[in-house]
Formats: sequence, structure tokens, C-alpha cells
Amino acid sequence: MFDRRIKVEIVDVPIVRERYDDELSHQDVGAHAWFAGVTRRTTQGKITSLLHYEAHREMALKQMEEIADEALERFSLAAVVLVHRLGAVPIGEASVLVGCSSSHRPEVFTALPWIMDRLKRDVPIWKKEYDDQGAGDWIHPQNLA
Amino acid sequence: MRLVVEPNVISRRVVLFAGAKDLVGAQEVTLEFKCHDATNKLTAQKILSLLGELYPSLLDLLPSCRLAVDCEYVSGETLVDLGADEIAVIPPVSGG
Repeated sequence: MFDRRIKVEIVDVPIVRERYDDELSHQDVGAHAWFAGVTRRTTQGKITSLLHYEAHREMALKQMEEIADEALERFSLAAVVLVHRLGAVPIGEASVLVGCSSSHRPEVFTALPWIMDRLKRDVPIWKKEYDDQGAGDWIHPQNLA
Repeated sequence: MRLVVEPNVISRRVVLFAGAKDLVGAQEVTLEFKCHDATNKLTAQKILSLLGELYPSLLDLLPSCRLAVDCEYVSGETLVDLGADEIAVIPPVSGG
């Protein structure tokens, strides 16, 4: 069996994925998978110049740890990495990084979207979207029933 | 000795985030709750509706907000201990 582990962080600096490679490594692991969510320039035809993230930091970390723990169990993973960046995240840079490893690929392919869906539903982090005129809007999705 | 039973008035800080914080113009607000018994508890739904009465700018956003007590979400019917360390209003989240 794996010595299962999680690495959960909230950072205020650019996310460097390579820094987390070792977290997923294990001799009995046959699959590593990564997902990075990055700032996109256009949303429904509107130009985004910048995303700014804020969090209830203590609660966000707690929620992220719970999600990572549950994913380990649910998908028999060896390791989970879950990192979110706060503050200004320019176009093309990552606001979130998810990584996981397992013996075989089906588990990691299933785990990544599950982890992201849970993060987007429950982790108290919010983005403010700035357009090319410098006007900012908080994004509060209303259709999460 | 007074025999009239006055409701217990409790001052309580509530923390706001993101859009809720901007609509009120403050990260924290202090609410005064009148409790008619000694339990000092109110439902989460009652706390949210009192917020809406005091800060009408929140009325559109509040129905989609959740309340978190000491970093855990609570449902609308949950009785919240007003002596908890932290009561926070969590608008719909948009991380990722």
C-alpha cells in the first residue's frame, strides 16, 4: 500500500508546477496527472485584463484539505496536490493547480474533475474579474444547486 | 429587584467576504441580537435575514450566501451559538 499523502497550499506568488513533482512520486505509482486552471483573456466575448482572487484563508485551507483527503480515499490515490494562488493572476498564469497519482490511469483521470468540481462548489475563494477598462466585478455564480 | 424580563441583547461580529464585503463597505459588521431565552442561539437563516434588514444593499446577494461558523458551513435551520469564535457570510464561491 501507499503511504498516502496530501499537499495543500494557498500561495501569493506564481505557481511553479515542477516544484510539486516529488509530491506525486512513489515506486508503486504508474500514473501522474496534473490540471492547471489559468486566467483566460476572453469570457463570453468580453476581454479580461486580470483576475484578482481573495479567500477566507483559514476556511479555504480546511476545505481544500478535506477535499484532498476525500479524493485519496474515494479514488485510491497515492498522493494529491492542491494549490490555489491569491491576489492578482495575469493572463496565462495559473490560479489553481491540482495533481494526483495512482497505480493506474483511470483513477487519476476520474479524480481531477471531481476535485475541481468540489473546489469550485465549496472552497471559499472568490475571483474579481477586471475588464480592459479597469472595472472589476466579483464573480458569484448563482446556478450551483 | 426588577421583575420585567428583558430580552438578552447580544452584540456579535459577523465577517463578510468578496461581493458582500464590497456591498456593505466593510469586512466586519456588528449585529445586535435580541435573544428571548438564555441559550444565545439563533438559526443561520435568522442571522442572514437580520443582516438583510440592517444592510438592504445585501438583499439581492443574501439568498445565495451560506453561513460558516468556525470555518464550517451550516445549513439555514442550524442553531448557531452566538458565542462562536467566528460567524462568516460566504457568498457563492468562484475559485479555480
